[in-house]
Amino acid sequence: MSKIYLSHNNIVSSFGFNSISAIEGIRNQVSGLSLYEDKKILGTPFCSSRIHQEKLQEHYSALSPNEEHTRLEQMMLVSLSDCLKKANIKLTEKTGLIISTTKGNIDVLENESKYPESRAYLPVLGEKIRQFLGFGNKPIIISNACVSGILAIAAAKRFIKQGLYDDVFIVAGDLVTPFILSGFNAFQALSTEPCRPYCKTRTGINIGEVASSVLVTNDPSKTTDESVIVLGEGSCNDANHISGPSRTGEGLLRSVEAAIKQSELQSGDIDYISAHGTATMYNDEMESIAFERANLSNTPLNSLKGYFGHTLGASGLLETIIGMHSLHQNTLFASLGFQELGVSRPLNIIKETTSKNINTFLKTASGFGGSNTAVVFQKAQV
Amino acid sequence: MKNDFYIQSYSHVKNGEVSVNGKTVFKTSETDFKLVMKAAYKKLIIDHPKFFKMDNLSKLGFLAAHVLLENEKEKNIALILSNKASSLDTDRTYQESIKNVEQYYPSPAVFVYTLPNICMGEISIKHKLYSENCFFVTDEFTPKTLSTYANELLESNKARKALCGWVDVDNGKYNAFLYVVAKKGTFVHSEAEINRLY
Repeated sequence: MSKIYLSHNNIVSSFGFNSISAIEGIRNQVSGLSLYEDKKILGTPFCSSRIHQEKLQEHYSALSPNEEHTRLEQMMLVSLSDCLKKANIKLTEKTGLIISTTKGNIDVLENESKYPESRAYLPVLGEKIRQFLGFGNKPIIISNACVSGILAIAAAKRFIKQGLYDDVFIVAGDLVTPFILSGFNAFQALSTEPCRPYCKTRTGINIGEVASSVLVTNDPSKTTDESVIVLGEGSCNDANHISGPSRTGEGLLRSVEAAIKQSELQSGDIDYISAHGTATMYNDEMESIAFERANLSNTPLNSLKGYFGHTLGASGLLETIIGMHSLHQNTLFASLGFQELGVSRPLNIIKETTSKNINTFLKTASGFGGSNTAVVFQKAQV
Repeated sequence: MKNDFYIQSYSHVKNGEVSVNGKTVFKTSETDFKLVMKAAYKKLIIDHPKFFKMDNLSKLGFLAAHVLLENEKEKNIALILSNKASSLDTDRTYQESIKNVEQYYPSPAVFVYTLPNICMGEISIKHKLYSENCFFVTDEFTPKTLSTYANELLESNKARKALCGWVDVDNGKYNAFLYVVAKKGTFVHSEAEINRLY
């Protein structure tokens, strides 16, 4: 069985319009989060990280669009076109396109929207992206709550293994909208200050905005310095509650076990965990239980939500890309906002950004609907 | 080595009718979605009152899955579902509740259903399936995506069976077609067969 790699990548975020700008921000322990007072989005101030609108316009205009695209489409096009340009490969019938999003163009349902309601259908969004960038195959859209971004990587690997594709480009993105913020606010889950995952004094989640892209390929000649091998994956349900995380961490545990088993590794072989860590009380607690059950309590772990907030359907892919660069730079990035452990089980939270030889990392995510996904990655060293 | 997989059983829910393996198990002349679901529940489900708290998409998926899984012993069943409208049917209801300052009533109970995979969460809870889940959104029923994904999960032993199919609710229209892929069954697990049964 040939190996499957993650390769060229892009992050469009409040830090800038490529992966390096985001990595630099993280390396310097700068948060992209700040307080917004935007009554069009939420009646009360909220903490978020958003993509700079004018700069997004500039990058989008540089693509010479022949029709108007929504804000999310612009974010996705800017991100994916950069990834495509870097990869510089011919799009064939063996090139797939996977789009990961939870809500897509949900903002077109707003009264003021100039776009027709039909734009809210995810396949319409998918077709806009496909058409503009010239993919031959119809996009495969994954909408699986907050695990979508990491599940998209697992799915790309699975489609390549089955011979459907040789290369898959994934683009992931979601917007900060009244829809999303009012919903999390109704759950009383939003924090008005930058979130502090796993911290004793954590006060909830922030929602942020990112688009990210990656090339998944079975061809080692298409890899980059920061490329990783996708070793194993699992995506298991809690079968417990549709909005509350499992008290036993069952689905996450099973996902992690499946991913490690397929990787032919032991839990002790994992050098670093890029966890979900939304900074809600229940999520962080659930993760600590699952990681203890998986014998991963001592493994260095961070949540990157303190830099971007929770970027929904983009988060799993965003955080995986950062993990790739973390491995390549042999650096464990600090879990920003963390002060004192505030979960019932031990976790080895990365407090300071430190140099360390790391070869293997585990990325996890959990979301509504009892969804969980875990994927193990290893340095490609090619 | 490649395994051969089969379709063990399949269900349809559309036009006021629920069928299993092509045989009608419930039929009503009612056209209103909620009333169809209520009547089908009384005949086919009976003992899961949480059903009435679900949104339309979850009700439809739950019902179509229930008639296939109620006597199923295997618990390692992957759920691989798809549709066109995602959760748009409930998204519209939720957006209506926040549309202006005077009528601003965002409800967590509605918001949680504004994701298509919640439907798989409801099925997983009822049938105690701690198994693989993935929700795809496509403009039309696409057996190739579902069968490729199912084959990979079955061949890599991540699942022993897979519940796959289409579950779509949009502006009062609804259509569900689910099928169970297994090592044994009546129909070959091929795109052509899936399309024929659809």
